[in-house]
Amino acid sequence: MSEEQEVVTVVKAPVYLKYNFTAGAAPARFLAQIKKGVLTGQRCPKCSAVYVPPRGSCGGCGVATEEEVVLSNKATVQSFTIVYIPIPNNPIQPPYIIANVVPDGANVSFIHLMSECVNEDVHIGARVEAVWKPKEEWAFAMDNIRYYRPIDEPNVPVDQIGKLPVTGLEG
Amino acid sequence: MSQPEVLNQAFELGYTYTRSTGPVIGRFLTELRNRNIVGIKASDGRVVVPPMEYDPNTAEALSEFVEVGQQGEIVSFAWVKEPREAHPMDVPFAWAMIKLDGADVPMIHCVAAVSEDAVATGARVQAVWADETIGYITDIRCFELV
Amino acid sequence: MKEIAIVGFQQSDSVSDAGAVNEVEMIMPVLSRVFQQVGINNAQDVGFVCSGSCDYLQGAAFAFVAGVDALGAVPPIKESHVEMDAAWALYESILKIRMGHADSALIYGFGKSSPGELPIVMSQQLDPYYLAPLWVDSISLAALQARLMLDQGLITEGDMAEVVSRSRRNAMNNPHAQLAGDVAPDDVLAQEMYLSPLRKADICPVSDGASAMIIATVEKAKEWGMPYAIISGIDHCIETHNLGMRDLTDSVSTRTAAKRAGMDAGKVDVAELYAPFSHQEIILTRALGLADDTLINPSGGVLAGNLMMASGLSRIGEVFNRIVSGEVQCGIAHATSGPCLQHNLVTVLEKA
Repeated sequence: MSEEQEVVTVVKAPVYLKYNFTAGAAPARFLAQIKKGVLTGQRCPKCSAVYVPPRGSCGGCGVATEEEVVLSNKATVQSFTIVYIPIPNNPIQPPYIIANVVPDGANVSFIHLMSECVNEDVHIGARVEAVWKPKEEWAFAMDNIRYYRPIDEPNVPVDQIGKLPVTGLEG
Repeated sequence: MSQPEVLNQAFELGYTYTRSTGPVIGRFLTELRNRNIVGIKASDGRVVVPPMEYDPNTAEALSEFVEVGQQGEIVSFAWVKEPREAHPMDVPFAWAMIKLDGADVPMIHCVAAVSEDAVATGARVQAVWADETIGYITDIRCFELV
Repeated sequence: MKEIAIVGFQQSDSVSDAGAVNEVEMIMPVLSRVFQQVGINNAQDVGFVCSGSCDYLQGAAFAFVAGVDALGAVPPIKESHVEMDAAWALYESILKIRMGHADSALIYGFGKSSPGELPIVMSQQLDPYYLAPLWVDSISLAALQARLMLDQGLITEGDMAEVVSRSRRNAMNNPHAQLAGDVAPDDVLAQEMYLSPLRKADICPVSDGASAMIIATVEKAKEWGMPYAIISGIDHCIETHNLGMRDLTDSVSTRTAAKRAGMDAGKVDVAELYAPFSHQEIILTRALGLADDTLINPSGGVLAGNLMMASGLSRIGEVFNRIVSGEVQCGIAHATSGPCLQHNLVTVLEKA
C-alpha cells in the first residue's frame, strides 16, 4: 500500500431522494380553505375536539374527522420560545418568537411566528391575532398567515387555554 | 363534504452523511484511490471483493488482504435500457456480478457496453478508473468489455 | 407455550396511486373494518399494537408516528413499530403474547410508495459503502438473480411467464388486486424486455395501501367468539448482505425458517409466497419443497399488487381467510425483506 497519502477513514456519502408528495384529504381541504383566507379545523364526532391543522382523524379516539369548523383569527398563546438562531433563507431576523397558538374554536395548538410584539412581554395566555399576507399572495400554504401579533384583550387563564369558543372571550 | 383537490408538491430529501469506514473498508478505499483492488480472505479461504469485515458464516473478524486483478469475468448481468436519473451512467448499460481474477466472490458494478448483445455471461471485463480517484467505490467508474 | 389464533384480517385495495390520502386516512378504514370483524371498538380493546412501515417510501419523516392517530391511543396503549414489513410486527406481537405481556394484539402495515421512485429508494437499504453509492436498484438486482437461474438452466423464460399468467388469472378473483386478467404465458413472452432478462410483467407493480390483523390467545379468541385459525409456527432467517456470497438461485433462509416453524411440506393445502419477481416464486416453491397439489398464490400474490411493508402480513391474512372460509385445512405464508429474498419469514397456519 502506498504510504504517500493518508489512509481513508471517512467517506462522504450523501443521499438525495426525490418525491412528489401528495397531501391527504383532510390537509387538502384545510389548504383549500386557507387559500381563500379562511382558517378551518375538523371536529371529532366522538369527543368534539377540534383539530387544526386537521390530519383526518382524532388521535385520541382513533376515528375519522369530517365536520369542518371555521376558526377565528384570534388565538391564545399556549407556549412560546425566543429564538436566537436565524431561519435559513428567511428575512425574519433573530431574536424572534415562535409560539404554540390555539385559535378560538379549536382545542389544539399549532406552531407559528409572532411579530409586532416586545419579545419580553410575550406570555402564556396572551391574546393574539393572525396577520394575513395580502390577498393576491394567498397560496395553498400555512404562511398565508404571516405571523400572529398581540391584541389588547385580557389574558386567558391557563386552564381555559384551548377551550375558548370561536366567539372568543365573550363566547 | 366536497372532494378535495389533489395537491402535490415535488421535493427532495437530502441526507448529507459522512460515514466512518473502519479499517477494512478504509483499506479497500485507500487502495482504490491508488488504483489497486484488494479483497480479503474469508474463513474458508475464499477471497471476497470488496472486503468484508466479518465472515458472514463464522462471524470471524477478517484481516488477510489479497490484491486481486483489475480484470474479471461476468457471472451475471442485467441490461438497463432506460437508465434512471440516479444511475451511474446515463446511456444504456449493464449491471453485472463480476468475479475478478484472484477473487472467489463476485462484486456488483456497472459495465459499459454498446448494446445488450455485446454483453454475455462469461465475458471478460476490465476496470475503468475515474479521472480523479478519491477513495470511493465510484473510483472504479465502470467496467468495460475486454 | 400459548397457542395463538388469528381472529381478523382486512386489507385495502392495492392501487398505483392513492392520491389525496395520508397515512392516517389510509390506515383508518382498514382498522375500523378489522375492529368490526372481531367485534371490538378500537385499539383499547387489544393488549398490544405493532405496526410495520418505512418512512423512506413516501419521504415523510415520522409518518409511522402519524399513523398512531388511527388507533384511539387515549388513554395510552402499549404500542411498537418495526421498520419492516408488518409480518415482522406480527412476529413481535406473537412474542409479546407468548411472554404473557398481552392476550391479544393488533398488527397493521401500510405503505404509500407512489410519491417516490421505489426501486431507487430501495437501493439505499444496501451496503452503504459498496452498493448504495452506485444506486443499484431493486429491479436490477432481481434481474441479476433471474439471469443466474436462466444461465444455469434452472428456469426458462416460459416458466417465469407461467408464474405471471397464473398470478393475473388468480387475481381475477381477488377484489383488492391491482393487476389481473386472462393473460396467457405467450402474452407475457410477447412483451419486450424491460430490464433484461425481466419483462415488466415479471416485476410486481408499485402500490399504495394497508392491511391489518388481529391475533389473540385461543382463550381470548373463544371469548370473542369469532372464527379463527391457529398459528402453529413462525420463524424467520436472514442471509448475508453480500449478494456475491449468497446462492441467489436458492433461498436457504426460507428453507431454514420453514423448518424451524415446523412446516410439513406434505401438509400444505395453500401457500402464499411473497415473490416480488416471477422467478422468485419458483425459487421459493423449490426451497420450501412444496408439493404439486399445493395451491400457490391463489390471491395472485404480490405480482398482482405489492404493498411494501404490508404485503408480507397480507400473505398471512390470505391464508387465514381461506382457512376460516373452510376452503382449506392448513397452509403456509411467506414474507420477505431485502434484496433478492435476503430475509424470509415463514408462518404455518392450521384450522382451529
